[in-house]
Amino acid sequence: MGNRVAIVGAGMTKFVRRAQETGKELSFNAARMALDSCGLHLDQIEMVCLGTAPDTFDGVHMKGEYLSDGAGAFGKPYMRSFVGGGTGVFAVAQGWYHVASGLCDLCLVVCEEKMSTFQPHAQAAFLTIFDHITERPLKPNLLWIFALEMNRYMTTYGLRKEDIARVAVKNKNNALDHPAAQLAQAVTIEDILQSEVLAWPVQRLDVSPVSDGAVAVVLASESVARRVTNKPVWIEGVGWNLDTAYWTNRDLCYPRYVEEAARMAYKMAGITDPRHQIHIAEPYDPFDYKELHHMEGLMLCGRGEAPQMTLDGITSRDGELPICPSGGLLGVGNPISAAGLMKIAELFWQLRGEAGKRQVSRKVKRGVAQAWGDLMQVGTVVVLGI
Amino acid sequence: MTERVAIIGIGATQFRSISPDVSYKELMFEAATKACEDAGVNPRRDVDTFITCSEDYNEGTSITDEYVPDQLGAAMKPVQTITGEGLHGIAAAFMMLRTGSFGIAMVEAFSKASNVLTPDGILACAQDPVYVRPLEVNSLFIAGLEMNLFLHESGVTPADCARVAIRNRAAALKNPLAAWPARLDLEDFAHAEPVAFPLTALDIARPADGAVVVILATESRARSIGRKPVWVEGIGWCNGSPNLETRDWATPHYVTTAADMAYRMAGVTDPGNAFDFCEIDDTYTYKELQHAAALGLGCRCSGRPVINPSGGALGMGHLHEATGLARLYWAVKQLRREAGDLQLDKADRCLVQAWRGVPTESTVCTVLAA
Repeated sequence: MGNRVAIVGAGMTKFVRRAQETGKELSFNAARMALDSCGLHLDQIEMVCLGTAPDTFDGVHMKGEYLSDGAGAFGKPYMRSFVGGGTGVFAVAQGWYHVASGLCDLCLVVCEEKMSTFQPHAQAAFLTIFDHITERPLKPNLLWIFALEMNRYMTTYGLRKEDIARVAVKNKNNALDHPAAQLAQAVTIEDILQSEVLAWPVQRLDVSPVSDGAVAVVLASESVARRVTNKPVWIEGVGWNLDTAYWTNRDLCYPRYVEEAARMAYKMAGITDPRHQIHIAEPYDPFDYKELHHMEGLMLCGRGEAPQMTLDGITSRDGELPICPSGGLLGVGNPISAAGLMKIAELFWQLRGEAGKRQVSRKVKRGVAQAWGDLMQVGTVVVLGI
Repeated sequence: MTERVAIIGIGATQFRSISPDVSYKELMFEAATKACEDAGVNPRRDVDTFITCSEDYNEGTSITDEYVPDQLGAAMKPVQTITGEGLHGIAAAFMMLRTGSFGIAMVEAFSKASNVLTPDGILACAQDPVYVRPLEVNSLFIAGLEMNLFLHESGVTPADCARVAIRNRAAALKNPLAAWPARLDLEDFAHAEPVAFPLTALDIARPADGAVVVILATESRARSIGRKPVWVEGIGWCNGSPNLETRDWATPHYVTTAADMAYRMAGVTDPGNAFDFCEIDDTYTYKELQHAAALGLGCRCSGRPVINPSGGALGMGHLHEATGLARLYWAVKQLRREAGDLQLDKADRCLVQAWRGVPTESTVCTVLAA
């Protein structure tokens, strides 16, 4: 797979409900921290990639152009990629091909989201993601369609709400150790089950929050990475996959597009037995059931087996296969694209043994991060290793 | 050693002022079908990665990415949206193919500009929401300001700018896809509707609907397919300042930087004599002249290189993010000697450049060769 590419630095802002900073400032702060973390200057960065989700959040047309100078792209080759909620992990795949192509040695990847600009609540922005003829007149919102998907998943495998709520408990508690977390909470299954019903079976504490924030990572070619750090984290595989726009026509109990994306990344990474060759994972968890869904799509367990793995404690931070040790979107927060890149940053810190109180107990050498988006339609996967 | 990258297939719809008979999906389908036919590839079987270029506000849909896979043959395949010019998509494909992990890439961009009821309002939303938007400055006014400065600094006259439109729209008369061909003269400009002095209505590329799809491949895949390749010898892209208040209005440094990157890759040392023809952004007449200078093409009195033989955006229409791809489409036709009435006698190497419009300083340049 071309030239080897490593992540050599990472930085993130605190995820909050309503940031005082503009989107440009959030991008700048994250980029600055990522560069500082590896002792590089912006002048040394040759190319910049940006990830950010719909322009409707900020109310800015060509949001990538607007954010460009904040992200450090002034006078540089700069490109924004966009695959809905999958953007944050995809941006690393994009940065990977920038460096692996041989066109540059150092590429800065920045993901920013400012959802609070949308008043009164960013949820209304999502009405515009639906088909303007067949769906928008029905005024659907994300909570409804994910309630459909969650219901389908529960029905297919005979699951109870508590089987799923356990994920929210794990992640929100994990986030207590994350200094940048927005929604860290010492919650119990009871708390989740008693929270307000939004669209059955989705309850308030099953859902990640609306957030502002930014994350950045620095990618380097092999020769430069070895000069910059003695602990490069290699991008071993990248994969992404987009299913049909006709989401109503697929069986929502299993994310086949995630499996296809994972297969692409695993093939590149030479992984044949993901359950044993992957030691830590950050699957996308905007809803608690999605973590389970995505563990299955990533083939970290069989179909319908993820709830049992969670119950058995295998996915806890000191378990055999830690899942979302960061606290995930449910705990750290969900500034869409930045949340995806936060997962990559978490793996970077975990694999380097720099995750502080969040450091998983087993020795980890290879991890997978995944994000998901569009109309329950796109999977993006990155495999990292040391 | 990384492989060379070739363009092996192109497809485009007719560019039209309105297209009420087809949806944007049908436009894309037509262009994709033609491109696959041209390249001799099956998208379901052969294409490894798909890139679509679009901006949500122009499509009236958030995450336009959602609605692209089916009509391209890309469902359950790696698809990404680059919110940039179609030529940014070409740059992304170029990089992916060079990694060695992909053999064939498809790049798509389209415009359904006739669906956009309030283009001025959308462009206003591209301005900085804190510092600029409250001033309620129309984008065309910004272009007028820049044109005024350009004329002042360069000594170019409004008549020189008018001649750009006269030439490009006349060239488009021979372009079977063009939306806005016309035979104009300086007299028409004397009576043209003033928009933002010195910019007139005839200085502005008018919007059009259409779609363009381009298929690229690594050298080995291109050779195995057997289609005559057009080589991407170099590509460069660059962002200047997005802020009106901090940019250098007199000189488009971002164009020079992007061109330098492309020239370096292609081994071009004397751009004034390196190309048989150039397809340069002409969203506004003065932009063609400004960009030609920034690209190092020197004095155009000699007629070499030929500029915008396709008719440019002034003649073919402004196609949102497909504007650059429409130019690339005709550049490939020229290099393959398939340009029909537009065919130049000598067409072995060319430059294609695109700019993303006010208020951006975002540009892409690519050097292509037969």
